[in-house]
Amino acid sequence: MPQTAAPCHNILPANGTAPILSFDALACVRGDNLLWRGLSGAISPGGAMRITGPNGSGKSSLLRVLAGLLPAAHGQVQRNAAIGLADERPALDAALPLARALSFWARVSGKGAADVARALDAMALTPLTQVPVAYLSTGQRRRAGLARLLIEDAPLWLLDEPTNGLDSASITRLESAIAAHRAAGGAVIIATHLPIALDGAQSIALGGA
Amino acid sequence: MRAWVAILTADVARDLRSGNWWLPVAFFLLVALLFPFGVGPDARLLAATGGGMVWVAALLATLLPLDQIFGRDAASGALDQYALRSLSEEGLALTKILAHLISFGLPLFIAAMPAAALLGLAEARWGGLLLSLAIGLPGLSALGVTIAAVTLGQRGHGALAALLLLPLAVPILIFGAGSLSDAGESAIYYLAACSLSALAIAPFAAGAALRAAREN
Repeated sequence: MPQTAAPCHNILPANGTAPILSFDALACVRGDNLLWRGLSGAISPGGAMRITGPNGSGKSSLLRVLAGLLPAAHGQVQRNAAIGLADERPALDAALPLARALSFWARVSGKGAADVARALDAMALTPLTQVPVAYLSTGQRRRAGLARLLIEDAPLWLLDEPTNGLDSASITRLESAIAAHRAAGGAVIIATHLPIALDGAQSIALGGA
Repeated sequence: MRAWVAILTADVARDLRSGNWWLPVAFFLLVALLFPFGVGPDARLLAATGGGMVWVAALLATLLPLDQIFGRDAASGALDQYALRSLSEEGLALTKILAHLISFGLPLFIAAMPAAALLGLAEARWGGLLLSLAIGLPGLSALGVTIAAVTLGQRGHGALAALLLLPLAVPILIFGAGSLSDAGESAIYYLAACSLSALAIAPFAAGAALRAAREN
């Protein structure tokens, strides 16, 4: 029997696939300052978006608005998939060894030990599994936060300055993790002022400078 | 459900591992130990006031771990991660109440027996004291978690939490200590009513406070 499925989403891009996330006429006010306004866009499976701008231009705020952690002063965000956020806080129990701290998030997300091992391997953290999170260096902690993101396996990644503190080998690892994620139908939105390889990425520039 | 169990076990394990649980217990026993020095060794006076003293000490001991309940998770970014995983703030508050009850309420409950002995409470009263604590401590945990959520992100939140919690805990204190007196049969029912009301309201109040703190 032929069925005509009602469209679930209001906004459909030209190629016909539903966007993972779309936003329209967003504005953000922090304190008495209007950080940005009139931001619209959409990101589809496999897509990438780069948010650039000087310090204090509201890149992190935009990510938090897109994630739904911060209400927008104006406009709407439509989320059609789970969102994983990696910012400067890895959200890991500092007293626990890295593997056990990551296992906690695996249990919360219903993942297993194999997912933890794979994420540790992808971020080259396997030699550090028994080291307490508090003893990790800045770059290692960053990678631990990215490993937590890999475990969760959310379709849309929001990365806030993901290359901060990473050495060049780690940046390459991150770039290949992003490429694999996009090839598998995921999407990524990155706020950064540093160069990172993102093929065919859309760009949003915040701030006047 | 799976996520809540994971959070509950991780929280309790963290409190046991870090040794946080014994500080309120030590404080509680210390108050029971010092009280006789303050009022003198009059056994009749101690026996008459000891039950109320145990309750005051339990209330003050509840205050000690408040800043840890959400403070650690807020600082590490875990609260944001819970929100991203669509774990409700109300469920999180309820989980934290349970964790607080297991990590801090249960040790206090056990320590109440040596405390009662230190205060010279008649053995016939011990059963009543433990019953009142078993009913009242969940209410104190609920109030504690609510206040911890309300004061999250405020400067000097430790003192603020004490200022906010103590007046709210007065009904539980009155009926908890009152149930130990000779004419206190009905007080235990009022205590149960206060404790249950606090438990019923706390997840929603704390949940709203957590959302407000995040969107600030």
